[in-house]
Amino acid sequence: MWAYEKKLQYPVRVSKCDPLMAKFLMEQYGGADGELAAALRYLNQRYTIPDKVVGLLTDIGTEEFAHLEMIATMVYKLTKDATPAQMKAAGLGDHYAAHDSALFYTNAAGVPWTASYIAAKGDPIADLYEDIAAEEKARATYQWLIDMTDDVDLQDSLKYLREREIVHSLRFREAVEILKDKQDQRIYF
Amino acid sequence: MSHVLDEAYYKQLHDLQAVDFVLVELNLYLDTHPGDEAAIAQYNQFAELRKRIAEQFESQYGPLMNFGHSLSRAPWQWKEAPWPWQV
Repeated sequence: MWAYEKKLQYPVRVSKCDPLMAKFLMEQYGGADGELAAALRYLNQRYTIPDKVVGLLTDIGTEEFAHLEMIATMVYKLTKDATPAQMKAAGLGDHYAAHDSALFYTNAAGVPWTASYIAAKGDPIADLYEDIAAEEKARATYQWLIDMTDDVDLQDSLKYLREREIVHSLRFREAVEILKDKQDQRIYF
Repeated sequence: MSHVLDEAYYKQLHDLQAVDFVLVELNLYLDTHPGDEAAIAQYNQFAELRKRIAEQFESQYGPLMNFGHSLSRAPWQWKEAPWPWQV
């Protein structure tokens, strides 16, 4: 089972109301390479992957939920004081019409999250390469998000998340090497 | 809802987040380097330190966890704000 802890993994502060940046950040909330997709991708792959890497998938999958909460906090804080007119001006009029200021699992363009964003091939190497690619794509998205804001408080939290993608990618690469060492022993597959 | 908290809250929360960062990093590292005894010793050392920091935080600001992982005073403290996105 999972346990919840009443704190963020890393502080999230924003220095201004900025619904446009909130819209861009939704890419990491309900987008293809976002934190929801990441958590669900890794936790779902655990059941059919060799025992040697189940722990890693469990731990990174769990950490992704902590990152999802950080992104949610950013979106919440950036939009909580926005007027309907400000939401509309930021391109969030469609969102506001359906959800008010509630969060929803969409990407930056408003497209709802879909399970087709994630893969589970059942082949350990294919799944881990998918995971490495996902981390690299998320890292790139974080860089572009950092480049699009001048809010240094927000940048600080985004830089933390960018660095976590790098560490996760490294650990998944190590997991590939661990499995490659055992590739001749069919018992692992 | 926003909640105004004192400086000590943010200081203690920061200390907890810092020690938890060390633990997450060591945990993921050990998942792919399970034979590194020095890292395991460091993990256990920080896990003990984490317990003390979390207990101190909870004694002042209420339970960090639900479902029996933290104790509560009366009335029931778990449901009290602030929640993580409100601070």
